[in-house]
Amino acid sequence: MQQDAIRTEIDPLVLAESWSRDGRRVALATVVETWGSAPRPVGAHLVIDAEGNFEGSVSGGCVEGAVVAEAAEVIETGKPTMLEFGVADETAWRVGLSCGGRIRVYVEPVARSA
Amino acid sequence: MDLQLLARFNAARSGRKPAILVTETGSGAQRLVAPGDITDADPLAAELRARLRSGKSGLVELAGGGQAFLTVSVPPPRIVLIGAVHISQALVPMAQIAGFDVTVVDPRTAFATPERFPDGTLLAEWPADVLEQLSLDPYTALAALTHDPKIDDVPLAAALAAGCFYVGALGSRKTHGKRRERLLEAGVTPDAFDSIDAPIGADIGAASPAEIAVAVLANIIAALRKSPDPKEEGLKGEGGRP
Repeated sequence: MQQDAIRTEIDPLVLAESWSRDGRRVALATVVETWGSAPRPVGAHLVIDAEGNFEGSVSGGCVEGAVVAEAAEVIETGKPTMLEFGVADETAWRVGLSCGGRIRVYVEPVARSA
Repeated sequence: MDLQLLARFNAARSGRKPAILVTETGSGAQRLVAPGDITDADPLAAELRARLRSGKSGLVELAGGGQAFLTVSVPPPRIVLIGAVHISQALVPMAQIAGFDVTVVDPRTAFATPERFPDGTLLAEWPADVLEQLSLDPYTALAALTHDPKIDDVPLAAALAAGCFYVGALGSRKTHGKRRERLLEAGVTPDAFDSIDAPIGADIGAASPAEIAVAVLANIIAALRKSPDPKEEGLKGEGGRP
């Protein structure tokens, strides 16, 4: 049933917490701004671990690969970063959004308090 | 993001408590804001309050330069139906398809049977006895469908007091007139009473229980999704999220 699919959808924020509690090193990516036709809304999340496992979506598949690669760097350095993807961006030709929109994605590490 | 902060945010989300995670995108600094935390001294106070109403996440400019991203979490909207009646039998599956969690309350055990209500939460209790469990809040819609004051009145007054985003009541104009007298006597303000959707449902000429269910669901969605428009104030079925 479709309804069940909606209700059991994995919540990236809950997953980020449980992965981190499991001792995995985790980054969280969030769509913070969109222009034009964007595949995922502002506030959409993707959770990534240091092994490159991920759940959720920031673009419905268009730029996830690039975000996951950047997340490895964020996990390593512990410093958040802002990414931008879209037709106006040179990277768009490599990983671009086929819909022609632009998105900005904030990627931050999830840190265990000392 | 600090894990403890994320854990607090997730706890609020799972507990149906509205919350906003404020992230300064330049520095990465973060804080968690609950509705009760917002003071007028907060430079983002107006923005935070507006976001709690709309439920929309987004970037805001900071007075000192730079930007902050507001991750806004408001509880998923749900519906409480008073009365395990024929309309409710049609309304439960429709509301579930539209994405609402639904709870049906009716103390009459002949009505409130699992056979008649295989899906959703069914409470064969007096509404007054389960008010706490229902935890009515501004992200809840309540429709009273029994016609019976003994069952409908208490949850209607409770829903108005809790600021439910939609409150509707079944009944003829005459029934509703008597209801007005009773509820005003019980302390409900005239303004609050007049916000009740009655005669219940969008004006689509609904006749059968299933059609009335469509009309009720339409007004619940309108109350949830349409911003209050001053031009349309007073029109039946119009309303905004509080």
